[in-house]
Amino acid sequence: MKYFALVWRSLWRKKARTILTVLSVMVAFFLYAVLSAIGYAFKGGVDLANAQRLVIVDKITFINSLPISYLNKIAAVPGVDLVTHATWFEGYYQDNKNPVTPFPVDPETYLAVYPELTLSDEARKAFGSTRTGVIVGEDLITRYGWKVGDRIPVESKIYPQKDGNRVWEFDVVGTFGTTDPKGSTPFMLFNYEYFDEARAFGQGSVGWYVIHIASGANAVEIAKAVDNQFANSPSQTKTSTEAAFAESFAKQFGNIGLIVTLILTAVFFTLLLVSGNTMSQSVRERISELAVLKTLGFKDGTVLGIVLGESLLVIALGGLLGLGLGWFVVQGIAQTMGTMLPGMYFTGEAWLIGIGLILAAGILAGIFPALKAMRLTIVDALARG
Amino acid sequence: MSENMVELNNVNRTYQKGKESVAVLHDLDLMIPKGDFLALMGPSGSGKTTLLNLLGGLDKPTSGSVVVSGATLSNMSNSQLSSWRAQNVGFIFQFYNLLPVLTAQKNVELPLLLTSLGSAERAKRAGIALSVVGLADRAKHYPRELSGGQEQRVAIARAIVSDPEILLCDEPTGDLDRETADEILTLMQSLNKEQGKTIVMVTHDPEAARYANRTLHMDKGKLQERELA
Repeated sequence: MKYFALVWRSLWRKKARTILTVLSVMVAFFLYAVLSAIGYAFKGGVDLANAQRLVIVDKITFINSLPISYLNKIAAVPGVDLVTHATWFEGYYQDNKNPVTPFPVDPETYLAVYPELTLSDEARKAFGSTRTGVIVGEDLITRYGWKVGDRIPVESKIYPQKDGNRVWEFDVVGTFGTTDPKGSTPFMLFNYEYFDEARAFGQGSVGWYVIHIASGANAVEIAKAVDNQFANSPSQTKTSTEAAFAESFAKQFGNIGLIVTLILTAVFFTLLLVSGNTMSQSVRERISELAVLKTLGFKDGTVLGIVLGESLLVIALGGLLGLGLGWFVVQGIAQTMGTMLPGMYFTGEAWLIGIGLILAAGILAGIFPALKAMRLTIVDALARG
Repeated sequence: MSENMVELNNVNRTYQKGKESVAVLHDLDLMIPKGDFLALMGPSGSGKTTLLNLLGGLDKPTSGSVVVSGATLSNMSNSQLSSWRAQNVGFIFQFYNLLPVLTAQKNVELPLLLTSLGSAERAKRAGIALSVVGLADRAKHYPRELSGGQEQRVAIARAIVSDPEILLCDEPTGDLDRETADEILTLMQSLNKEQGKTIVMVTHDPEAARYANRTLHMDKGKLQERELA
């Protein structure tokens, strides 16, 4: 720590250059923060996947629906604890720019399979007993400013009602949150019975099933048993873990993870060139000063540490500013665009990787100039200075 | 125990320039008693600075032995030489070589960073060293805010702050006007007389050499004792 003042003062020898370098580092880490949050959102909650839950979709494509008659057969498979279902119902509120994601579900079993969703007893009761009742995620209700008791119109992009009207009216009977710190609730749940009776087509079908397996049961065996059961039916099934389902869902948008990684690799490569050049320039400009330090008795390792310290400090300054700004912006995007791209979250793991990148970039950018400074021959350097 | 601060025996220093060997010092023998103030004069390229570098442990002889303050420098590793320099030698350069990003006070504190002293003690000792050179009131000034003479005084404070026995000065007044040079040389003389510092000063200036107790003349890598006219 006693060398910190020396490192800090040396850093500001050329203020403009240091500020520009810090800014370029900041931009790189800001991009990292935002892109990793977007990547996380596109992973579709793989990290949130519950090992106790399996998802059953149509074998050909999860866009195809499955018969509701499968419900009891799935429930009868040994090891299956609970079964519920949901259906994709894409819609918007008042204007196309206000997307909402309502899922028609069976209130009782759905909330049992997803115990992390929290709501009051009154809301739970009203949801079960109100035909047009809807419970709205806290993230969504905050966005649109709805309140319990409101009647809200949602226009579906998929399902018209029997009279041809695409606008569905729901009564807000409660809100729900989640106990999962990484989870978000930018969606709403409404009664499947109401949906199935009123929709113009597709009666007696659901989008997918979700099963909760009994503790200690073998997930692979259960998945096999479910799929075997429907092997010769018109709607064959594909049962997978929640994580595998989330991944296959995300892949419909392309390999976002790879795209994000490629962009970040390019950004960090450029960052290393910029900051490495800055450090090299900084060392070149003060060869004689470094020689003076060595003359005074500073050892080679200490000189190496001082230069490396400068490099780490400049990257840490920009990096932490970038990560902080990125986190702030991600929070903002999650608030305002949560319904369009739910699940944007700058995870703790991403923070740790960010800190690791700061250390790695700091060392890589500074190591060659630091080695050069370390290897300076005092006599030659003083003669040059 | 030897009363000599410096003992050079049969020292040679040869540099390799491409395929050619250039001998800078030839079979040099030199004794400098403790408390001496020695001026080294001679034409450019005569080997004065090379000799000073050997005395300061900045360079090693090709052959022969260099003993300074009881330590045989010719046998020491670079790391040992660094530690030895930090404790035993003060350097004063022609162009002061202060760090422009540090105040006078912080420049003087630099050698003390290599000790186990706490920050308060470092600041106190740097303050005392600046008082000795008459610059206590300039402690917070940066080098760019000081005159050449003041910068050299700060450099002298930095050289004496860790209380070394020997000061090695390479053209300490070479960048100063006559009046300022005399002030600096008077200060060095008082460090020699009052604090018993052994001083070896390389200079081209006969006026500067007059402040020394004796003058050695170097030519083509050899030494000659000579009285100034």
